[in-house]
Amino acid sequence: MGRTLAEKVWDDHVVRRAEGEPDLLFIDLHLLHEVTSPQAFEGLRQAGRKVRRLDLTIATEDHNTPTIDIDKPIADPVSRAQLETLRKNCAEFGVRLHSLGDVEQGVVHVVGPQLGLTQPGTTVVCGDSHTSTHGAFGALAFGIGTSQVEHVLATQTLPLARPKTMAITVTGELAEGVTAKDLILAIIAKIGTGGGQGYILEYRGGAIEKLSMEARMTICNMSIEAGARAGMIAPDQTTFDYLEGRDHAPRGEDWDAAVAYWKTLRTDDDAVFDAEVVIDGASLSPFVTWGTNPGQGVPLSANVPDPASYEDASERFAAEKALEYMGLTAGQPLRDIKVDTVFVGSCTNGRIEDLRAVAGIIEGRKVADGVRMLVVPGSVRVALQAVEEGLDKVFKEAGAEWRHAGCSMCLGMNPDQLAPGERSASTSNRNFEGRQGKGGRTHLVSPQVAAATAVLGHLASPADLSDATATAGV
Amino acid sequence: MEAFTTHTGRAVPLRRSNVDTDQIIPAHWLKKITRDGFEDGLFEAWRKDPEFITNRPERAGATVLVAGPDFGTGSSREHAVWALQNFGFKTVISSRFADIFRGNSLKNGLLTVVLPQETVDKLWELTEADPTAEITVDLVARQVRAEGVEAEFELDDNARWRLLEGLDDISLTLQNEADIATYEGVRPGFKPRTIRV
Ligand code: SF4
Repeated sequence: MGRTLAEKVWDDHVVRRAEGEPDLLFIDLHLLHEVTSPQAFEGLRQAGRKVRRLDLTIATEDHNTPTIDIDKPIADPVSRAQLETLRKNCAEFGVRLHSLGDVEQGVVHVVGPQLGLTQPGTTVVCGDSHTSTHGAFGALAFGIGTSQVEHVLATQTLPLARPKTMAITVTGELAEGVTAKDLILAIIAKIGTGGGQGYILEYRGGAIEKLSMEARMTICNMSIEAGARAGMIAPDQTTFDYLEGRDHAPRGEDWDAAVAYWKTLRTDDDAVFDAEVVIDGASLSPFVTWGTNPGQGVPLSANVPDPASYEDASERFAAEKALEYMGLTAGQPLRDIKVDTVFVGSCTNGRIEDLRAVAGIIEGRKVADGVRMLVVPGSVRVALQAVEEGLDKVFKEAGAEWRHAGCSMCLGMNPDQLAPGERSASTSNRNFEGRQGKGGRTHLVSPQVAAATAVLGHLASPADLSDATATAGV
Repeated sequence: MEAFTTHTGRAVPLRRSNVDTDQIIPAHWLKKITRDGFEDGLFEAWRKDPEFITNRPERAGATVLVAGPDFGTGSSREHAVWALQNFGFKTVISSRFADIFRGNSLKNGLLTVVLPQETVDKLWELTEADPTAEITVDLVARQVRAEGVEAEFELDDNARWRLLEGLDDISLTLQNEADIATYEGVRPGFKPRTIRV
């Protein structure tokens, strides 16, 4: 019987398989950041161990880093101590680190792919659940906890039970104005925040094949929000073209050998998935969340759902709680919801294509009165590219704040936070209670919806922008 | 890791589904660089409410958390497990846990027990009605017992063995160091490297 993409990559990394034990998998790439690594390094130190494969390990600073005044000392002493701990640990153990101010610094899941380190058929781990992002390249990539970070540092392997596989086939073609973010929000709304639990998802079908690498990363990034640890997309010419010439991509004969291998990384025709979901891509429209988990989403054209409409008691209760927290009433049109803040950034939508999309919409327009718009590039490289293309000027002229790279308001570990009761439209991935700041209310949206929302001051799509909002010629 | 064999204690019934890791331990707590001192961060936002279940005097000293489905969704932060342990929980019961959270818990000796929702409902009813009611989680017999409840739970043999013995994964893996070296010896040369060594 044939094998799925996930099974092929898994099998190629089994170091040891024994009856009644989890497989011991080799890890090709280990990404580190300041938040989930200090206790792991401390564990190594206590046990007198070293990092087994420094050449497969890389660290960056992202979660705590400020996005303004980055040349000044970090104001929050606790954040500063955590960054300093990472620097000290990397120096002591010899790990390559990209610190604040470095041209390769940025959100860990933006940095890996742009350096060409994330490659098809590799295993990638990081102490961060959105490691699923790297699956866009046909890598098997998943988030791990700090104990596992220590395990990988010490052994370059992980003992893991093999998950089941689920195919998510997206047929047809996404309509004009419908993005990868809308698609993944719709998928999560369909299968639920626990729907992918225990599975590696494989996104496939015509609509997926047409997506750019960056759009594929947006999709795989949010696999974890459907409960799946990993999401994958089979590598194809789009993948190879993205990788060719990048810093760490193979070259010469190595490139040929790599591509020959990568081309084998497709689910065989006779392979069987443990579960399958089919989505009609053509039927989708811009999608936003109304609640406090990423599965609580509806099309932008819809109304806030009535909790009474849920048959399942715990879902009904969750919906009631969510509406209360979000300060919304059942039946209210989504388009009537006014926001205070628009956040563009994160490892979901902080790449250059996202910034281009936002700039394309707000160019010649203004951010609505009373709305604060933050644009935070996913990495320094993304920022430099945006500046080269003049996007930073577009943002600033529209009245948005153009910031330095980092996680920023995606999780509010740095000063970029919502105040209690404040409402945001955010291109990030989690609308959990308090995620963007205590008491903050988050609506997850695509970059395009974020841009239109910033201009109109309420949830909106670019199609809602009339010419009246354009100050053309200015 | 501390071994887990069997534990009996009073419970905190937490009737909420989708308790994500941001609720268990908010992000600003993640700046700490130790594995302890997270107890005050556990459910921090909810604990502002004096009526929140863990604030009730009759729940003080409870060690068994009985939670709704999809407990621990969201981030990979192991701090969520440390916070539960620092607070005093020895075991969490739910009908469904998020994968990463579950993995993290088992690596730290916090036993996460999966029971059918009907059984969780019974445990909720029992412990809501009687805060002094005790629940026993017996890993040796793979059984949860309380008044009127006797439920078997599953946990694969390997995970169970490691918990019962309190074994550390890294030492176990390093016993197979030769296998790792063999694998490294045949890895293709085109695989990416972060630095030249
Ligand atoms: S951008 Fe957000 S989701 Fe991504 S790594 Fe940073 S905090 Fe996590």
